[in-house]
Amino acid sequence: MKYLDEYRDEKIARGILAEIGRCATRPWVLMEICGGQTHTLMRYGIDEMLPAGIELVHGPGCPVCVTSLETIDKAIEIASRPDVTLISYGDMLRVPGSRTDLFHVKASGGDVRVVYSPTEALKFARANPGRKVVFFAVGFETTAPANAMAVWQAKREGLKNFSMLASHVLVPPAIRALLSSSRNRVQGFIGPGHVCTVMGYREYEDLIREFHVPIVVGGFEPLDLLEAILMLVKQLEEGRAEVENQYVRSVTYEGNLPAQKILSEVFEVCDRKWRGIGGIPGSGFSLREEYIDFDADRIFGTEAVTADEPAECISAEVLQGLKKPTDCSAFGTRCTPENPLGAPMVSSEGACAAYYRYRRHALAAKETN
Amino acid sequence: MCLAIPGNILTCEVRDGIRVGRVQFGGITRETCLEFVPEAVVGDYVIVHVGFAISVVDREEAERSYKLLESMGLLKGELESDLEDSQAGQ
Repeated sequence: MKYLDEYRDEKIARGILAEIGRCATRPWVLMEICGGQTHTLMRYGIDEMLPAGIELVHGPGCPVCVTSLETIDKAIEIASRPDVTLISYGDMLRVPGSRTDLFHVKASGGDVRVVYSPTEALKFARANPGRKVVFFAVGFETTAPANAMAVWQAKREGLKNFSMLASHVLVPPAIRALLSSSRNRVQGFIGPGHVCTVMGYREYEDLIREFHVPIVVGGFEPLDLLEAILMLVKQLEEGRAEVENQYVRSVTYEGNLPAQKILSEVFEVCDRKWRGIGGIPGSGFSLREEYIDFDADRIFGTEAVTADEPAECISAEVLQGLKKPTDCSAFGTRCTPENPLGAPMVSSEGACAAYYRYRRHALAAKETN
Repeated sequence: MCLAIPGNILTCEVRDGIRVGRVQFGGITRETCLEFVPEAVVGDYVIVHVGFAISVVDREEAERSYKLLESMGLLKGELESDLEDSQAGQ
């Protein structure tokens, strides 16, 4: 209970934990989808406070982590061109490609820049008509509307020097792929609160009909996650499988309709390859035919780039909840946030980085004792 | 980059047909697209992801959630940009 005193309401946290203990009569394996939730769980030691039988495994919900190696290689190839300015979110620069990463491209003279919002990439393109500005757009359904808006605006303005290397991924098809696997251990899911803020949770009802697995859409604070875990355990113990919404402060059944409208205007659903997991049908967004002039993959002829993942990295198993980051022989030694072998060690939302940040000292102490 | 950060809408205008405003996050402000929250007005608190507000939340919730993200050390990288005209202390 070492972290409980940091909770905004320690008494409530204790109460929920005790209730989980009362409800749970047997072991359950739960997965949080979102990397932001993984971070909170590790930071507050929630996994260590739960009754022994309740196991949390960490899902594939870090967009930086699941962007395929070949997409990273494409970005590196495009960024290495002298006429290109490649712009992306900060975490993407250190994700290892097959041979190098974007940070090294930048260090050796490539024009690679970090933005907080795709709107800034658009502004840069307007102000620099002589540069070919490529926005490297990754993200789940939370991020896709912002990226869609940038392309929509570029088309409306007739901006000729702006394009997008798009690698958007979708949560429900990933859950379907996990549940369809013969190796699946997950019995209940904490749904991604901000993805559902945008998309609502209608799609998750289909998953429940198909797999009879409870899903509770959860927020990102420690109490949100404890409450979501309690709701899942109650459903499992009672033999129910429903979508419940714990994060009512932000999530509605319908989601954000203006955001969904721009998504369907600019993107269509496509098959997508996930790093560490492989191809998942219908799990991505790509640009619609009307926006094809903004497709960097086509403009720069990188469609044929392929890549093989490094053998030692076990991120595939980590991202599917089959292994913990600490099961990896390279964890904390040959793979650290400074020199990552795989993407889950790069982003602060990656499961390996969260374990490295919050658990490596405790693990080292355990080994010396 | 997947974080969403609560902030307070300081200004709101329609520019080139798109609703934008400056939103304050602790000590810094960022230009934010308000197109997905047509109901939001100046003074409201919104959850912002990569420069786009995606939902309106109440003040107490926003402040608590902001402090939590700050205490986890997650905000610095999230608001980082090589290009944005960050306006500290506004």
